[in-house]
Amino acid sequence: MQQTALTTEQIRALIARGKLKDTLFKALGVIFLAIGLAVILLLVIDMVQKGSERFTADFFLNFASRRASQAGILSAWVGSLLVMLVTAVAAVPIGVAAGLYLEEYAKRNWITEIIEINITNLAAVPSIVYGLLALGIFVYQFGFGQSILSAGLTLALLILPIVIVSTREAIRAIPAMIREASMGCGATRWQTCRYHIVPYAMPGILTGVIIGLARAIGETAPIITIGALTFIAFLPPVPFAAQTDGTTAGLFDWVVSPFTVMPIQIFNWTSRPDPAFEINAAAAGFVLMVMVLSMNGIAIWLRYKMRKNIKW
Amino acid sequence: MNSQVMTAKNTNDLPVVSDRLAHNAMRNVSERVIEGLLFAAAAVSVLTTIGIVYVLVSESIQFFANVPLVDFLTDTQWTPLFDDAHFGIMVLVSGTLVSSAVALLLAIPMGTVIAIYLSEFADSRVREIAKPVLELLGGIPTIVFGYFALLMVTPLLQKIFPELPGFSLLSAGLVMGIMIVPYIASLSEDAMRAVPMSLREGAYAMGATRLHTALTVVVPAAFSGLAASYILAISRAVGETMILAVAAGMQPNLTWNPMEPAATITSYIVQVALGDLPHGSIGYQTIFAAGLTLILITLVFNILGQWLRRKFRENY
Repeated sequence: MQQTALTTEQIRALIARGKLKDTLFKALGVIFLAIGLAVILLLVIDMVQKGSERFTADFFLNFASRRASQAGILSAWVGSLLVMLVTAVAAVPIGVAAGLYLEEYAKRNWITEIIEINITNLAAVPSIVYGLLALGIFVYQFGFGQSILSAGLTLALLILPIVIVSTREAIRAIPAMIREASMGCGATRWQTCRYHIVPYAMPGILTGVIIGLARAIGETAPIITIGALTFIAFLPPVPFAAQTDGTTAGLFDWVVSPFTVMPIQIFNWTSRPDPAFEINAAAAGFVLMVMVLSMNGIAIWLRYKMRKNIKW
Repeated sequence: MNSQVMTAKNTNDLPVVSDRLAHNAMRNVSERVIEGLLFAAAAVSVLTTIGIVYVLVSESIQFFANVPLVDFLTDTQWTPLFDDAHFGIMVLVSGTLVSSAVALLLAIPMGTVIAIYLSEFADSRVREIAKPVLELLGGIPTIVFGYFALLMVTPLLQKIFPELPGFSLLSAGLVMGIMIVPYIASLSEDAMRAVPMSLREGAYAMGATRLHTALTVVVPAAFSGLAASYILAISRAVGETMILAVAAGMQPNLTWNPMEPAATITSYIVQVALGDLPHGSIGYQTIFAAGLTLILITLVFNILGQWLRRKFRENY
């Protein structure tokens, strides 16, 4: 093909066209970003508008009810908090220990490699599959039943990869000289970890834990799969409190109690045909959103502060 | 004074030495024990995988003892709880694939454009604000997205398509797409930012515009990272449960039309779990066979993605 030299005007036109395309693309990027932002805003505004009449103390202090206007989320938010407690108690020590092992102890061999590949792959497993695992193992094999314990452990397994990965990243950011100084003073590997590595990595670990818990508190599918009831009009037994049958509750009786959580309550109300329950779903959805977004917000703030403060 | 010198002088000092040795030995033992405990914690993740495979496979084996594999794959009806039971998994697979396709058709272009914009066009202030906001969007619980799909997006779509039913794969898929956008945008942006500046500078020096550089230099160089984000997106879409359970209806329907309601693999599991199926019944086993199918679909896409990544990986 014959290439003729371009005139100045042609070159100018070419540049103008290139710049126009740049601008158009930039606009497209801004529009797409705005759509994402608009979805959040739309959701929040809609939920506040629809649910505003239900933001009363009664809503937080009433049990679920067949009458929409009297139904509340007491058993749901208490259940969510207790499940989160079990999740945190299980996931934090195991996750931090696993992260510590992989960063500070593990030798480069095939066992370590398998563990690492495995953690990456687990992060991509659909959450409902964890529900099936829990149904088969925790509920029936171990006989925990459809309890707070089963749910908490299921969610702990679900967020374990998040806790491990964030622990590892936080530990990796600690320079080698800290370890050398500690071991140079005669500390053992564990003493180095216990008194130096873990404390210094704490903000990073905490960020990961909060993000993990925020994910767990919004999870519905695995908890439905283990067969959690959707209509619960009682609270788990308070330790040492007198029960209706005259006995006293043990310290850990609440762990094996049936329960419901916020997302299941919302699912229950959303799937009812009666529009009166839609208002409840909106109000409960807003409460859940505030819980999740504030947890994420704290994590983002923590990470931001950390990035600013730490200078080795 | 050195303890070894002391031992040489006086045998009565031996306890001192053995104390120290004992202390050292104790230290070594406790170090070993701790290392073992830490290793056990790391092994929990492997046990999780083994547990998942064990549960899915063992229940599925019992299921396939009753239902021939050929029927499972070729039957066009899914009615496991009826007297006239049919177990055609394709019915559920079609719902999963259609809703995932809708979600990805929205999320991949949108997420990629946002990633290119943030990485190549936006100044750092916009990026500092946009990334956390996207993270918040990705953190919204899926049940809330389900509410959004059923009660806001569906009525909106019905104004455009009056014939759209109250439950549809379309509205669930679109909302699923919105949910996935942050994952793609965030991961792809990381990948593109990792492309060395010298490649861009080379392109700019040749007179390329920003868009031209982004599309012909940065995107190909970051392709393996982009592919990874797309694989994660596919896994998310295929495994998504609550949006579909709420907004796509739960009746099994062999269809490739997004305008229809249909059950997916995941929403079927939820539906069964909501009922009260006895442990060990065939209905109970179906959800594990469905779960196994779900995992295998995810696995196929992952392997495909790995292959793509290796094929298009660029070294620099």
